[in-house]
Amino acid sequence: MILISGNDLASGAVTWWTGTGWSHHFGDAVDVAGDGAAIIAAEEAACRVNGAAVVEADAAGMPRHIKDRIRAAGPSVRIDLGINPAVPAVLAGQ
Amino acid sequence: MYRYDQYDQAMVDARVAEFRDQVARRLAGKMNDDQFKPLRLKNGLYLQLHAYMLRIAIPYGTLNSGQMRTLAHIARRYDKGYGHFTTRQNIQFNWIKLAEAPDILADLARVEMHAIQTSGESIRNISADPYAGAAADEICDPRPWAELLRQATSFHPEFSYLPRKFKIAVIAAEVDRAALRWHDCALRIVTNAAGEQGFEVYAGGGMGRTPMIAFKIRDFLPAGQIFSYLQAILRVWNLHARRDNIHKQRMKILVHTLGEDAFRTEVEAAFTHILTLGSDFPAAEYDRIAAHFTPPPFDADAPDDMDLSDPDFARWVARQVVAHKMPGYAIVNISLKPVGGIPGDVSADQMDAIADIAQKYSFDDLRSAYTQNLVLPHVRKADLFAVWQALKAINLVDTNRDQITDIIACPGLDYCSLANARSIPLAQKIAQRFADPAVGDDIGDLNIKISGCINACGHHHAGHIGILGVDRKGIENYQLLLGGSGAEDISAAKITGPGFDEDGVVDALERAVNAYRAQRTPGERFIDTYRRVGMDGFKEAIYG
Repeated sequence: MILISGNDLASGAVTWWTGTGWSHHFGDAVDVAGDGAAIIAAEEAACRVNGAAVVEADAAGMPRHIKDRIRAAGPSVRIDLGINPAVPAVLAGQ
Repeated sequence: MYRYDQYDQAMVDARVAEFRDQVARRLAGKMNDDQFKPLRLKNGLYLQLHAYMLRIAIPYGTLNSGQMRTLAHIARRYDKGYGHFTTRQNIQFNWIKLAEAPDILADLARVEMHAIQTSGESIRNISADPYAGAAADEICDPRPWAELLRQATSFHPEFSYLPRKFKIAVIAAEVDRAALRWHDCALRIVTNAAGEQGFEVYAGGGMGRTPMIAFKIRDFLPAGQIFSYLQAILRVWNLHARRDNIHKQRMKILVHTLGEDAFRTEVEAAFTHILTLGSDFPAAEYDRIAAHFTPPPFDADAPDDMDLSDPDFARWVARQVVAHKMPGYAIVNISLKPVGGIPGDVSADQMDAIADIAQKYSFDDLRSAYTQNLVLPHVRKADLFAVWQALKAINLVDTNRDQITDIIACPGLDYCSLANARSIPLAQKIAQRFADPAVGDDIGDLNIKISGCINACGHHHAGHIGILGVDRKGIENYQLLLGGSGAEDISAAKITGPGFDEDGVVDALERAVNAYRAQRTPGERFIDTYRRVGMDGFKEAIYG
């Protein structure tokens, strides 16, 4: 799967493309297949997101790279600050 | 400490107003990120993995209690209740909202702080000895010179679009507590045979992907000519720098390319010309600034003896307290390295308590050190027990200065968008493995420094043991390095061999430490043993 993630312009918080907008929960992210570049261009032009990029994920939607999993879960050393419920599992890629 | 005059305050206030306007335009969609990014970076605002990060300058590491309370306020009001002291004596906050950044800068301006030149291709915060003005071994307080150079270079048009960042450090002692020669320009105040104070000048140091130790470009520079000489160095770099390649833009690369002698020749020629322009400061300007750094009103009758009957207090004194230039006073090092904690992190409540302690017991004076610890520079020995108890109440009485658990670690992949691997969990695991104070005492002085990428914010090149995190096909991997130093016995660490995974590198580090314990002679530190036996003396133990 190919997801899109960026940072919210005003807050800087990590956001994920849901198909119709942006969510802070990576579980809401959808597969954009080959449409990533076009979506990113449109959303950045509209100043709705900052630093958007495509993210490779497995078939279950779990980001493959540890950096993206940390973005999805929050800092592994302050799991109390993460916004997703299954932080350790996300960090482990499960 | 230096206090703003009306011009300083006006400049900082104007910058806040300017940035408020820039942020409003960005939020209104009138600027895209390419246009806005260089503007926010000029105000210390980065975009990191989870949010914006604001890096706030602490000039030469000096703070007062009001400033520390403002940092606590920022942590509480705008962030998530904590801040992170960095390896360049600054502090950064990890959860900043863009819309609130101008308000934060306004709050900072009210206590004479800012985030200007904490990012971007500029002269960064000038660092100094955290014991400045207190150290028994210094020949003078180096901070007036650091402040003079700060004022001379801030907003200076010639230095506003440098090829790359430029870092300066100033000390005035033989013992190096500022990682001096790892800076682009390193200044050590010395006294010549005629009894005049001036600068030993070093140039071309830096870490990053190409670690280089600054070479001595001048044995002695008359103090009053320092700004001309600094201009000359910057001008030569500006003229020749490789602006076409970000990896070759730092001045150390130019020094390496030209060679030390050719670089020195060019600098001296530029210096000869600049001297004729009369751009150095009159002595009265130095005197104006130095007047802000007069020693506090020490009690000449302060008692020199202490009651060390409490063994925990005695241990803390032995490890965390060092000699002050004034009899009856001491310098207190506050460890921000609790076992299992995050190096350099301090909660808002701890910041407020530290501010109270500094105000009550240290003439309202606090310092940040590049080692990610804090310093109370002027504490009466008679007050040490009370200070220890106050620090104990906020869980800041770890006794590990310069020991194996006093680990420098960058934020790493937990926070940083540039990082390839996590640093903090490694620091935690290592600290937990060597948590027994008796083990720490037996190992003695051992500096571990961890970076999550080649940019080396965690100073891994300068660690007795360094660890560098790399990305190996999406998996965190760690290289082990041995033999570095950021002190007066400066050296660059060397990679031991193939890397390890997270648990593997902790095991490998333990094997290196055990190899040291097996081979050391009486009185030898880890780095001494390494230098005597070489890498071969450790490699077999590490790799088996």
